[in-house]
Amino acid sequence: MENRSPPSLAALFASYVSIGMMSFGGGLAAWARREIVQKRGWLDDKQFLSGYALSQLVPGATNVNLAVFIGTQLRGPLGAISCVCGLTALPLTIVLLLGLLYLRSQGHTGGVWVSAALGGMGAVAIGLNLGTGFRLARRNITGLVPIAVTATVTLSIGVFGYSLVHVLLVMMPVSLVLAWATRPR
Amino acid sequence: MSLVLLQLIGLFAGLSMLAFGGGAGIIPDMQRAAVDQHHWLTAREFLDMFAIARAAPGPGSLIVVLVGLKAAGMAGAAVSFAAMFAPSCLLVHIVAHYWQSAARSAWRGVVERALAPVAVGLTFASGLSLMRGTEHGWLPWAVTCLSAVLFAVTEINPIILLLGGASALLLVGS
Repeated sequence: MENRSPPSLAALFASYVSIGMMSFGGGLAAWARREIVQKRGWLDDKQFLSGYALSQLVPGATNVNLAVFIGTQLRGPLGAISCVCGLTALPLTIVLLLGLLYLRSQGHTGGVWVSAALGGMGAVAIGLNLGTGFRLARRNITGLVPIAVTATVTLSIGVFGYSLVHVLLVMMPVSLVLAWATRPR
Repeated sequence: MSLVLLQLIGLFAGLSMLAFGGGAGIIPDMQRAAVDQHHWLTAREFLDMFAIARAAPGPGSLIVVLVGLKAAGMAGAAVSFAAMFAPSCLLVHIVAHYWQSAARSAWRGVVERALAPVAVGLTFASGLSLMRGTEHGWLPWAVTCLSAVLFAVTEINPIILLLGGASALLLVGS
């Protein structure tokens, strides 16, 4: 890969516009991998997976973080900006248009229909979050200690309504100490 | 700059640095601040916007754009977008340089194993507190449970689930 010349900023932007368009309904990381690793060969699989792991650890939307990571690796700060702009340009426009339509529809005839449809989609969206939790848990949460940490975080915020900052301030150090104490040697 | 814009920036820039686990985890705090504290929108509107952001392409955290839009128009949408994504992007950009070189270090494995259960807990909690925040009738309850199970155990496209949920409430609810 040493003989590869880094892609232009325009090429990064264009690639990420296409990745953003494919992201309807999720699975965005898979599309990013197909485009960046398989089609363009800008990163190898190991680099990509390492970046994906980092993107999940750092706060923020995983796929936006991944775009920053890939842009940074390939072209530095400007590369990161190109990737993020490419990724978000189209979804941002669509969300804004839908939002404007939604706010206009309130109080008009037909608003009832929009409201019912969105109620159904909201119920599904909540289900998708819970389903994502189950998927992640099945893959990453094994053993009593991680299960206890997951349950504590879930209940303290989701049921007892504690604020995110307070829960993170307590549970991050606790989880780090537990992970250190139970590390494989 | 108006007070609402400053409040939007303060709220979302702060949440940006707390969004462990992909962004779903900040939904409960965002809901509390936007609905109960600042009264920018109702709980029902918040859930509607959550649904719009989830159905549209792109990250679900684009909901901040809709909250900003309702609170302060296009200027609100613009500052919310910048406040939500700039801090976390800057952090990734800085950390990216150290990350590759830490590939085999012991602390990286510990950090990865420590963050996983916290992130999964945050994802569950976001679903639960959205259900608590809105009056969830029997039909939405059933739709939520069914789509959670289908999404967890099958490879079904979420867009199909979203369309199915919309149809279910359109048919029964009106």
